[in-house]
Amino acid sequence: MLGKLSWAAIPFNEPIAMGASIFIVVGMLGVLSLITVKGWWPYLWREWLTSVDHKRIGVMYVLLGLVLLLRGFTDAIMMRSQLAIAAGGAQGYLPPEHYDQIFSSHGTIMIFFMAMPFMVGLMNFVVPLQLGVRDVAFPVLNAVSFWLTASGALLVNVSLVVGEFARTGWLAYPPLSELQFSPGVGVDYYLWALQISGIGTLLAGINMVTTILKLRAPGMTYMRMPVFCWTALCSSMLIVAAFPVLTATFGMLLLDRYAGMHFFTNDGGGNFMMYINLIWIWGHPEVYILVLPAFGVYSEVIATFSGKALFGYRSMVMATLAICVLSFMVWLHHFFTMGAGANVNAVFGIMSMVIAIPTGVKLFNWLFTLHRGRIRFEVPVLWAIGFMVTFAIGGMTGVLQAVPPADFVLHNSLFLVAHFHNVIIGAVFFGAMAGYYYWFPKAFGFTLDRRLGAVSFWCWLIGFYLAFMPLYALGLLGMTRRMQHYADLRWQPYLIVAELGAVVILGGIIATIAQLVVSIRTREARRDLTGDPWNGRTLEWSTSSPPPAYNFAVLPQVDSLDAFWAMKQRGPTAAPERYEPIEVPRNSPNGFVTAFFAVITGFALIWHIWWMAILGLACALGTLLVFGWVERGEDEISGEQLAQAERARLRQMGST
Amino acid sequence: MAACRGEGVLDPQGPVAAAERLILLNATAIMLVVVLPVIALTLAFAWWYRASNRRAIYQPDLSYSGYIELVTWSIPTMVVLLLAAVAWIGSHELDPSVPLQSDARAIRIEVVSLDWKWLFIYPDQQVAAVNQLEIPAGVPVEFVLTSATVMNSFFVPQLGSQIYTMPGMTTRLNLLAERPGDYPGLSANFSGDGFSDMRFLVRAVPAADFKIWLEQTRAAGAVLNADTYAQLARPGTGTSQTYGGVDPHLFERLVQPMSPGAAVRGGEQ
Repeated sequence: MLGKLSWAAIPFNEPIAMGASIFIVVGMLGVLSLITVKGWWPYLWREWLTSVDHKRIGVMYVLLGLVLLLRGFTDAIMMRSQLAIAAGGAQGYLPPEHYDQIFSSHGTIMIFFMAMPFMVGLMNFVVPLQLGVRDVAFPVLNAVSFWLTASGALLVNVSLVVGEFARTGWLAYPPLSELQFSPGVGVDYYLWALQISGIGTLLAGINMVTTILKLRAPGMTYMRMPVFCWTALCSSMLIVAAFPVLTATFGMLLLDRYAGMHFFTNDGGGNFMMYINLIWIWGHPEVYILVLPAFGVYSEVIATFSGKALFGYRSMVMATLAICVLSFMVWLHHFFTMGAGANVNAVFGIMSMVIAIPTGVKLFNWLFTLHRGRIRFEVPVLWAIGFMVTFAIGGMTGVLQAVPPADFVLHNSLFLVAHFHNVIIGAVFFGAMAGYYYWFPKAFGFTLDRRLGAVSFWCWLIGFYLAFMPLYALGLLGMTRRMQHYADLRWQPYLIVAELGAVVILGGIIATIAQLVVSIRTREARRDLTGDPWNGRTLEWSTSSPPPAYNFAVLPQVDSLDAFWAMKQRGPTAAPERYEPIEVPRNSPNGFVTAFFAVITGFALIWHIWWMAILGLACALGTLLVFGWVERGEDEISGEQLAQAERARLRQMGST
Repeated sequence: MAACRGEGVLDPQGPVAAAERLILLNATAIMLVVVLPVIALTLAFAWWYRASNRRAIYQPDLSYSGYIELVTWSIPTMVVLLLAAVAWIGSHELDPSVPLQSDARAIRIEVVSLDWKWLFIYPDQQVAAVNQLEIPAGVPVEFVLTSATVMNSFFVPQLGSQIYTMPGMTTRLNLLAERPGDYPGLSANFSGDGFSDMRFLVRAVPAADFKIWLEQTRAAGAVLNADTYAQLARPGTGTSQTYGGVDPHLFERLVQPMSPGAAVRGGEQ
């Protein structure tokens, strides 16, 4: 009746796991009861859970990313604490079967459920505003995408309470992830969570590409698009091209595990090298899916706060496109040590270095944007400059490992771990935080606390260097990744410093939370009434903060790059005499309900509860079809209503 | 970084590791030539062009300059050209499967990664050892590697190149220890719960001592045959031990891919 599920799935006799489970369950029940007691459900349902507004969905994506950052960071600091003590004969406080789950879930969560939602969220919120349009191409699909991503995140966290998570590392290489070596449900949690969220990500990518290609304000040609839109376009094209590969690869591993097939098994003609190739054909572009939007954020932030147009716009666009294409030609550099011949290794090594050319160009262009600028040191600029310095180092250690003979001694070492944290934290996460602070006033109509923002930045920057520079050294000392304990006592001091770094980063996270709380409490004093708190250059700043549901009452006419800057140069324009009516899509519970059934289906498949899986799948597909085909139409905002609303809004924006 | 002396990849004890360290340092130096000025300029520009500095020139329309663009594209291109040469030559000279040049005759060693220990078979000497790898110093070693379980990576940081060990196939690796000494080795690819204990010690000894070790090993210990192997292959961490004799076809059999369904559904075939 319940498949493999039994009371044994609850970790009663593992105090740490049980503590975490109780914490999560109590926390979630607490939040749910608070919402119930306060009677917030109708508001939440109406304004958020069923919203198809790209801005609301973007905010929810970012919120998901921030919440999962806490989970991923908890894993991180547990690992650092384990390694700070598990030296010599000591075994630390986490047994291998627990430690292995923690590093696997840390990687999985940070990439798929922290960085991805954060970046997709920023794109969702910003791109239509920057393009001067009213929504994404498929608003309801957008909600479905978000809720499917959230489903995956939920399933990963359910594994903490019921059963276990994968103990295979974040990419679950077979044969270790095959049934023969991982008979538990951990790998199944991993696979189904990522299959479900992967569909969401693919749909989000399709949506974003369509939006950018088909919906732009009149006059906004490709070469007048803000750079962030270009990076969002390239990132989304990579999603569309790469995620089907991931889905197919996981699909084959699932067939191995569920149907006794032999794609990647040791026996029966399976070949796990295929998996490793395929997963990196997705995995390397994934790195650029994450970092390209971050590059876009830096381009916007540096130009805005330097009071200058971005230097070398055309170069930036070319470089972005070059990275987009090249990112598919380098996957083999993740396994130079698999015994491919010298020619193959050399070609992929050199291809990997070639990516450093457009990336280097970007760095130079940011540098020359600062040059002869008038830099205002707002928090996003701190993140951007911290990024430029940190990324120069991270890029260098990356290119170093693209040299195959150097990689032969650095592969899988802590040097590698330090390198990819150097770029994922130093480029992706710093970019996410810069974008978060930069666009927060646009989303909510008030600015974030600047002092706490600076505290958060400095904690992250210093914490990062403390936590990861020792790891570079340890890699050179010969320490490999994923060790649960080690014999060499000389490594311990470095790991204690790294632990200290993690604690400093914790300070940064606390400062970010405090910043949000303080800013919300003092929001009346920090209102942004102008809609343009930073003296911005692009169209999102031309509308009010927060923008109305329809973004722009009249679609802006674009005739140059930095369209809003040009408008400001020309001076105020008279309000139009009459407004055309606007149709805005109605709310739809489609996404939320489909995702609810997707969670049920995923859970049932993980535990082999077949009747529930069939029922869940039928309901999910049914929901999708029923809501998809029902003609719910759109709400029309008449010209009259619009004129009234606009007058009030313009009065407010002009009042400061 | 000075603290790294005396261990790890910065303390090479053989020609492969030495060449790899050289490439590592050369490539780093080539890149630092650009990276350090970029970092310095970033900080300098950020400081000088701060809004409060009224002496700094403000040129809000400076967004294109053909000369600067030429420089920004050519600097990384030139660096990459240099590094590409390093990578191409290095990849070929340090191809792990190519035997090393030496006057001494190479010794062959077969490596099997197990759950979670290392088995080293000396096919020509007909001995085997677990978690300890005795080699003659100054003599090239030709490793042929496989895995009897999941994928691992055979790595002795002070001797250089690591290589994956993979079930159902073999990889090749050539290393040489120049001087006698003890060099720690480990698995560099995660392979499950006992992974952290997949350590072994390489003992490079003078040729005469190696002969003595061979004789002592032959004289003592069990023979590694199907039965003793089955015992050894059981999952668990290992202690160092030796075998005085080896079934000559054992390694060959371990490399053979398993027949369909042998492992999972053996009973049904």
